[in-house]
Amino acid sequence: MKHRGRYGDYGGYYVPEVLIPVLEELEEAFDRFRDDPAFVAELAELSTHYAGRPTPLYHAKRFSEHVGFKVYLKREDLLHGGAHKVNNTLGQGLLAKHMGKSKLIAETGAGQHGLATAMIGALLGMETKIFMGVTDVERQSVNVHKMKLCGAEVIPVEGGTGTLKDAINDALRYWTSHVTDTFYLFGTAAGPHPYPTIVRHFQSCISREARQQFLDQTGRLPDMVVACVGGGSNAIGAFAHFIDDPDVELIGVEAGGQGVATGKHAASIVAGTPGVLHGARSYLLQDAEGQVMDTESISAGLDYPGVGPEHCHLSDIGRARYVAADDAEVLETFGLLARIEGILPALESTHALAYVAGLKGTLGPETIVMVNLSGRGDKDVGIVEQHRPLE
Amino acid sequence: MKSYRDVFSELSRQKRAALIPFFVVGDPDFDTSLALVQAAIDAGADVLELGIPFSDPIADGPTIQKADIRAVRSGMNVRRAMEFIRQVKQHRDIPIGLLMYYNLVCHYGKAEFFRDARDAGVNSVLIADMTIDDADEVLGSVRDAGLDSVFMVTPNTSPERMKQIAAQTTGFIYTVSVLGVTGSRDALSDSVEDLVRRLKSLTNVPVCVGFGISKPEHARAVADAGADGAIIGSRIVGMIEANLHNPGKAIAEVSAFLTQVKAALSTSRQGPAAV
Repeated sequence: MKHRGRYGDYGGYYVPEVLIPVLEELEEAFDRFRDDPAFVAELAELSTHYAGRPTPLYHAKRFSEHVGFKVYLKREDLLHGGAHKVNNTLGQGLLAKHMGKSKLIAETGAGQHGLATAMIGALLGMETKIFMGVTDVERQSVNVHKMKLCGAEVIPVEGGTGTLKDAINDALRYWTSHVTDTFYLFGTAAGPHPYPTIVRHFQSCISREARQQFLDQTGRLPDMVVACVGGGSNAIGAFAHFIDDPDVELIGVEAGGQGVATGKHAASIVAGTPGVLHGARSYLLQDAEGQVMDTESISAGLDYPGVGPEHCHLSDIGRARYVAADDAEVLETFGLLARIEGILPALESTHALAYVAGLKGTLGPETIVMVNLSGRGDKDVGIVEQHRPLE
Repeated sequence: MKSYRDVFSELSRQKRAALIPFFVVGDPDFDTSLALVQAAIDAGADVLELGIPFSDPIADGPTIQKADIRAVRSGMNVRRAMEFIRQVKQHRDIPIGLLMYYNLVCHYGKAEFFRDARDAGVNSVLIADMTIDDADEVLGSVRDAGLDSVFMVTPNTSPERMKQIAAQTTGFIYTVSVLGVTGSRDALSDSVEDLVRRLKSLTNVPVCVGFGISKPEHARAVADAGADGAIIGSRIVGMIEANLHNPGKAIAEVSAFLTQVKAALSTSRQGPAAV
């Protein structure tokens, strides 16, 4: 490999030998195409006319009134497919096409990345398989149906707890047996190098746009950027172009599940220790024996025991701060945003909103906070209804 | 303690490839697993490959993944695995290679892990999710502990990497016969012979072939291709899985199978090259 893919002590490519040649091929292709004018133009064209970029930066006035400071929502939920995931799948899908691959595989938790991959598979005419834990297949059935409508084959994964971790395990296994013609369209800024770098690159359009939109709309940068963190793709996209602005506080919100103290959560940075999983060193939820722990979150997309390596590094050097929001806070905030703004946020994104809602009364009225609304909540209405039935 | 060099030199004189069965330590439980491994030694195993179970074994197929989960649930962990190995060595002194995942090594503490492994009677540790590129992270501790190094070569490994791997390997080269994860397969890959031949031209350390060897004929074929050993995992682990409620039957089946493989290796047309 040309690069080591390290972010401080984290990242790398801890994979079986069989994957090295394909990761090398991927690294080389990414280095070649990332700034290639034709590739950039094709991606820009599709980002605008297929995916719907730029997304609005919306001043949520009623939510702002509720918390006592200014809250702006970066509306990634308005993208085609309903989440930020399409930024990455368009980029990697085009990369796969330029590399001459004919098949796509992907893993998915909440189904948003699976759907975004299925869409791009259809768009580019590539055969697509989506690996999804059986638990998630059940709790995100609407997205499963959508993936199938786009022509993708959904492969239920029974190992472990049937969640995102297990889907990644099986996708990696499948890939090692089909490395010649298959492109693994990895869904988050985690996994082995070069994926964290690639996903960051394709998601950084979020903060590039938002930075300019803040300057245009408010004449200044936000005081705080808040995003939910599972693997961390939307968060790294939202942080990327603000990292060099020291006055902008960066907050990542992990899944607190039933509460970090209960041990039933998915807050890898908040409550984890360094370890190696899925090809990278990162903060990891592991037991006293070094076995990877089962995670728990109301949000399938955040239900992952590891986290992207750049987030681990940003946490260690103090550039970003990581906190957790638990399921109860998330459910409350989901209903709140729906009622006062008419927006149904994905349960993933609601973690970021829940943290911000919890800051009510603690920040001055001129404080500007951006929340990356990474996805829309239609897919989660059934889960919310189960936990908090409407009267 | 018997070294790889001792065993492979002796086998080379006998013009026979090594029988190397693989077991997940603690599958399905400590006592049954120990009885299985002892039976394998009695059936003629020359070297043992033992997996310390991990929750997320990405280089392994479903058969070994399930064995890992069974073993973890039965309470197996790294410290108990060391005790297991000590008991195996009391049964008979044959070389033992561990196959495991990096997180367990890091979590235990690298220097302490390799030292304890050596003290328990281990000859080498193959970390399935660590390649030669990151070997510096562990090789110092491996050497300090007096262990041999073992790395994998796969059919898509470039000639340049093969040279690097050959240069850093002191135990044996674990040659993966197929592009993929562990698992029984009906037919051996055509690329095995070429792969073994290329490796033998690069190194004097033994070349052993694994992944997909599930029949006595397969073992014989890799020996005929010039390999110094045949590593057999999923087929054996599958026999254990099929007899979870009848340990005696599992032991009998594994033992009978390994006896057949041993016989096939003993009648191999051409023995491996001299070590």
